[in-house]
Amino acid sequence: MFDVDAVRAEFPLLTDRTIDGARLVYLDSGNTSQKPRRVIDAMTTFMEETYAPINRSSYRLAGEATEVYEGARHAVARLINAPSTDEVIFTKNATEAMNLIAMAWGRANLGAGDVVVLTEMEHHANIVPWQMLAQERGIEIRWIGLTLDGQLDLSDLDQLLDGAKVLSFTAMSNVLGTIPPTQRLCAAAHAVGALAVVDACQYVPHNVTDVQAWDADLVAFSSHKMCGPTGIGMLWGKMEILEAMPPFLGGGNMIDTVTFDGFTTAPVPAKFEAGTPAIIEAAGLTAAIEFLEDLGMDNIRQHEMQLTRYALDTLQRRFGDEITVYGPDNVEVRGGVFSFAFRDLHPHDVSQVLDESNVCVRAGHHCAKPLMKTLKINATTRASIYLYNDEADIDALADGLDGASDIFGF
Amino acid sequence: MPGLEELYREIILDHYRSPRNRGELESPPATKVDGHNPLCGDEITVYLQVEGSGDDAVVTDVKIGGQGCSISQSSASMMTGVIIGKSVGEIRAITRRFKSMMGLENVEAETGDTDIDLGDLEALQGVVKFPVRIKCAVLGWNTLTSALDEALNASE
Repeated sequence: MFDVDAVRAEFPLLTDRTIDGARLVYLDSGNTSQKPRRVIDAMTTFMEETYAPINRSSYRLAGEATEVYEGARHAVARLINAPSTDEVIFTKNATEAMNLIAMAWGRANLGAGDVVVLTEMEHHANIVPWQMLAQERGIEIRWIGLTLDGQLDLSDLDQLLDGAKVLSFTAMSNVLGTIPPTQRLCAAAHAVGALAVVDACQYVPHNVTDVQAWDADLVAFSSHKMCGPTGIGMLWGKMEILEAMPPFLGGGNMIDTVTFDGFTTAPVPAKFEAGTPAIIEAAGLTAAIEFLEDLGMDNIRQHEMQLTRYALDTLQRRFGDEITVYGPDNVEVRGGVFSFAFRDLHPHDVSQVLDESNVCVRAGHHCAKPLMKTLKINATTRASIYLYNDEADIDALADGLDGASDIFGF
Repeated sequence: MPGLEELYREIILDHYRSPRNRGELESPPATKVDGHNPLCGDEITVYLQVEGSGDDAVVTDVKIGGQGCSISQSSASMMTGVIIGKSVGEIRAITRRFKSMMGLENVEAETGDTDIDLGDLEALQGVVKFPVRIKCAVLGWNTLTSALDEALNASE
């Protein structure tokens, strides 16, 4: 049994912070998640007791700090069922991981006319790096379209993938919540000899992740969306692919040796970790992963599926035709992200009114402007849930929407 | 937190529900400039008909296209009401006055600006208390400034 009250009790901001004397209804976890006490404590304790440089000094304290940092790599590998810990690379965030893929793998392997296939529901982080390559060297980008209910339209997948070198797609849309068939898409990419890249930012925090079952080649995700701190993101990749790739950023830690004539690179993962990394954040990330593991990723997914069902039903029951929630209705293939249009109110005005009752949602294009074009809108209001949300939060959202009607006189 | 009634004054809602001077002008001869708010995706198009050259040139017609929230739409609607028939010099002064009311710091006020009567636009004063919405209120004005510059460049 998932005890959401006990879970929320671990998040100081959700229990202690008030605005205008009332608690916060935080429905913006698709943006970034709140932090449990043990993550906050892990970072503080690490700084108070163990902080030192990693990988480069020989005193005992530095050895302990290195162990903490490398411990995070083990935790991440465990969370996504990576075959080897060394395949986990730490970056600044998932966006940097996506840029690493496009700039390091892409520059080494793609030339004029080579095809990269994306989907119409990608975040800008999985669009712009490829468009930068298109500007730089004339690669071609093709787009997998959407069905009316916001799932990928895979009817002409073979045609789109014909001759492609890369298929890069989100494992869960940050706007629609759509969870595409990742395993099938990776297999389809491999069938034409293409690299299978997965943006798993929205997926990993909410689901059991198994990169081996996916048979993906490169997977990017972030710490701050799964109860961990900002400033640290992850790239996982198959070792033979990572070994064959050139480095992305150059500097300290990523080299084997440097002479006046050039350099040789350190083995993976150090090869992709130039400079002093997010050491303190790694300590927090380990605590976040242990927190998720204690709850069980399958339990978290079950809780969110139930709450997603409740949210979709509640919004439909209370507002009927006056609300349009984008994305699939089947909670088996969607996560807890609800982008919606409410009456003919602009999302900015909706979120402003919701803020009046401390309901925190995002309004805008959600860094997915091409998708807005597909949906023929400029923006949506988006509520997104996580493990600490419950039915009362959804009810508060619906009550807040009622308030919007009063102000705008509908 | 300031009350929502300070933000959503009745006159603002009126301009939002019934925007003035919405539509298009044939361009050319009119100048057409698109503006957008990269944060939220709002888009606005200003169509401007300008007669003459330099600061004495006069805006003879203006139309607004695009989509946006109540604040950006009402601000643009009220803007059209105050600029038609005014000279470019006067409009630049009104723009400075409006932006300084919005609390924008990079506005260099000139003598006489404080005497300018913003009329209905004063209703947008409440936006200052909701800092994230200031960008909405000035979107139309920034686009207008680009359109004025472009129209005058074309007339030279």
